[in-house]
Amino acid sequence: MSEEVKAPKKEKIPRQKMPEQDPQVRRHNFNEVPYGYTPELAMKEAERCIQCKDPRCKQGCPVEIDIPGFIKFIKEGDFEAAIRKLWEKNSLPAVCGRVCPQEIQCEGLCVVGKKDEPVAIGNLERFAADYQRLHGRDILPPKAPPTGKKVAVVGSGPAGLTVAGDLILKGHEVTIFEALHAPGGVLIYGIPEFRLPKEIVAHECRYLERLGVKIEVNAVIGRTETVDELLERFDAVFLGVGAGLPMFLNIPGEHYIGVYSANEYLTRSNLMRAYDFPNYDTPLVRGKKVATFGGGNVAMDAARTALRMGAEHSYIIYRRSHAELPARAAEIHHAEEEGVEFLFLTNPVRFLGNEDGYLTGVECLKMELGEPDASGRRRPIPIPGSEFIVEIDTAVIAIGSGANPLLTKATPGLALNKWGYIIADPKTGKTMKPRVWAGGDIVTGAATVILAMGAGRLASNSIHDFLTYGW
Amino acid sequence: MFEIVEREEMAQGTIISNWVRAPKIAKKAKPGQFVILRANETGERIPLTMADTDPERGLINIIYAVVGKSTALFKTLKVGDAYLDVIGPLGQPTHLEKVGKVVCVGGGTGIAVLHPITRGLKQLGNHVIAIIGARTKELLILEDKMRAASHELHICTDDGSYGHKGFVTEMLKKVLTENRDIGLAVCIGPVPMMKFCSQMTKEFGVKTLVSLNPIMLDGTGMCGCCRVQVGGRMQFACVDGPEFDGHQVDFDELTLRLRSYLPEEKLAYDRFKASLGQGCSHKS
Ligand SMILES: Cc1cc2nc3c(=O)[nH]c(=O)nc-3n(C[C@H](O)[C@H](O)[C@H](O)COP(=O)(O)OP(=O)(O)OC[C@H]3O[C@@H](n4cnc5c(N)ncnc54)[C@H](O)[C@@H]3O)c2cc1C
Ligand SMILES: Cc1cc2nc3c(=O)[nH]c(=O)nc-3n(C[C@H](O)[C@H](O)[C@H](O)COP(=O)(O)OP(=O)(O)OC[C@H]3O[C@@H](n4cnc5c(N)ncnc54)[C@H](O)[C@@H]3O)c2cc1C
Ligand code: SF4
Ligand code: SF4
Ligand code: FES
Repeated sequence: MSEEVKAPKKEKIPRQKMPEQDPQVRRHNFNEVPYGYTPELAMKEAERCIQCKDPRCKQGCPVEIDIPGFIKFIKEGDFEAAIRKLWEKNSLPAVCGRVCPQEIQCEGLCVVGKKDEPVAIGNLERFAADYQRLHGRDILPPKAPPTGKKVAVVGSGPAGLTVAGDLILKGHEVTIFEALHAPGGVLIYGIPEFRLPKEIVAHECRYLERLGVKIEVNAVIGRTETVDELLERFDAVFLGVGAGLPMFLNIPGEHYIGVYSANEYLTRSNLMRAYDFPNYDTPLVRGKKVATFGGGNVAMDAARTALRMGAEHSYIIYRRSHAELPARAAEIHHAEEEGVEFLFLTNPVRFLGNEDGYLTGVECLKMELGEPDASGRRRPIPIPGSEFIVEIDTAVIAIGSGANPLLTKATPGLALNKWGYIIADPKTGKTMKPRVWAGGDIVTGAATVILAMGAGRLASNSIHDFLTYGW
Repeated sequence: MFEIVEREEMAQGTIISNWVRAPKIAKKAKPGQFVILRANETGERIPLTMADTDPERGLINIIYAVVGKSTALFKTLKVGDAYLDVIGPLGQPTHLEKVGKVVCVGGGTGIAVLHPITRGLKQLGNHVIAIIGARTKELLILEDKMRAASHELHICTDDGSYGHKGFVTEMLKKVLTENRDIGLAVCIGPVPMMKFCSQMTKEFGVKTLVSLNPIMLDGTGMCGCCRVQVGGRMQFACVDGPEFDGHQVDFDELTLRLRSYLPEEKLAYDRFKASLGQGCSHKS
């Protein structure tokens, strides 16, 4: 094998495509779209990395994974060493390999990508994690001796899981409190099965439990218990409650039956498994003509879920153009392949319904792009008189989410910014309230899995310092 | 797991009362708050108001009408069985205060929700007039408890089989006419009842609280499925409510949204009834 790929020919290996389900088949099922690399494909892809001395890719990774380091082990076929390398910096590689926006992070900076397609860092990361989960030895990292200190982690999304994983290894007692009946945050209730199988998230949570982390579900902090009560029982509290407040369009007709927030639509289908109704009890309107409003990952997930729930037409209605879509490139590509129909430069003005209260359509306006706005993107401007109606029976609003005030309102002493997000030191995650840290979407606003994990890592370091040295 | 320690069938088995072990919630709960329950892994998350609590024994009391698949499934749970999940206490507690004279109106299972509020208002020194109603005598619940929690109790049945014949709204009109000094009305029951009671109290200029029961999912303000229009503004019943000013609520929109899943609900209930039938024939 290795003789065939001698040094001079190295750069000629094309980026290895990950085998995936056929679009026409997968648009009708909830199974994961890509199958993942085989060991052969992974080793071949790993050959493409030229092992830079000063790797640019690493600068693009918010948690600074030693990317050439883990790729080298894959190339050599030592998959356990590869996963150990990943674990040094990232406790959820199976998740990040699947959901990071690699094209603007690690892979976006990879030097191979200058002339050719970049090394498939995300795919390789995913491979190493999957291989370990499915075929690897059952290894647990070493734990420091018990310190007798106790930490409460509120919220079990990527930020909370990272804090819990870090601090349990440093010898502290950790309890996670989660409001829903299952841990994982957006990874479990938001991102669909066909993109991130729930079994992977459950596996990560079980792994934490085996390390000794206690996970209390059904615990709505602010209601079941307050942060101040937790502070009586714990030495430190980390808040990683996410940005769980749905935004609506605030246009007429949003009450019609069939209009959903993306949070509701995705929670019903993922967490509550409405796609398996009536075997599961939670229902979801199975629209034939579904429109999703927005252009991010959440919108792609909703539009692709609608296809799998039996929609004949699944539209994405977005007020800017293709170039401005904020979703991961892979998700846009998959959505297009599966037949999601994009209506660009289109903005909804009102929903239409019948007398029984069911949604029947949406009136929209055409837009054109004007001068760049504060965000640097060209501002969409409505074209007068361009109204038209799209017939739909289901609408999913995926235009972002805000700060849920349930916990913050019940927690005196926290400082919030004008949008209701918690103010925390960007280097340590310390809030204005003593012994309370925060990180992830509830600090930054809706962002990414890896940024939430990065914030969790900074906070866990700071919490450890506090518990050990008192600062 | 949240064990059922006491169970009672009321109103000829159409309404069930459970005392459930949930110590943390029992300690925290206040009148007007609710919990979300799930019976098993495939179950729906169902919101039910706490009708009472016993913090010492760590128990909460729920009283629910059997109306569809999930409540029928709950009905099959016996003493010693457990709910898989109980989440709470959720929602804003009732703002209980001394106003002088108040009227509390309850219909159907709404009486269970009304009872702790009525009791609280009386404890604060209000003069409490209560009106409770049901379709027929056998379906009336908590008469004794409501009598103890109020100074005057009026009973109405639609068919006249017990108490006054007619709707609670008619009795409410009489009470409001005779007691011009009433400062607050609390009306809890089916949506049409709350709507008509609120119209009535508005004519008399009496401030009115209602408790809304839209379809819910998470109960923490995350999904927006419980949105209701109150005073022209979108509110989430699970965190901003479930109690609202009855004069401001858009009841027609609520009625409409409650019908969201009628075909699915029927399908699920029919399937469940069929499976129960099979279960029985196996045993015999
Ligand atoms: C549909 C969807 C698709 C996405 N796709 C991607 C993607 O492809 N790539 C990517 O990088 N990012 C993606 N994101 C964004 C990413 O998931 C989030 O940025 C990330 O999950 C934030 O992590 P977190 O830990 O801050 O919070 P969350 O993941 O939101 O977790 C917060 C947890 O806290 C719990 N909680 C809230 N309040 C309380 C309380 N009072 N008491 C106890 N628990 C509480 C919540 O129930 C939740 O489980 C997506 C988001 C969504 C919604
Ligand atoms: C805050 C709150 C407190 C409540 N308190 C009580 C109570 O103390 N006692 C009581 O008997 N009932 C109460 N309800 C109503 C109770 O939740 C519903 O009767 C129950 O969900 C019906 O479920 P089902 O599967 O048996 O019936 P389904 O067949 O699903 O539905 C029957 C009816 O219940 C409504 N409904 C369905 N699903 C939900 C849901 N997830 N949330 C709310 N309503 C739904 C439907 O619109 C329909 O009208 C309360 C509801 C809310 C929102
Ligand atoms: S964690 Fe994300 S950004 Fe970092 S290397 Fe992995 S895929 Fe790239
Ligand atoms: S920049 Fe690209 S080629 Fe260089 S080390 Fe990183 S992945 Fe390998
Ligand atoms: S039930 Fe989800 S926001 Fe109220």
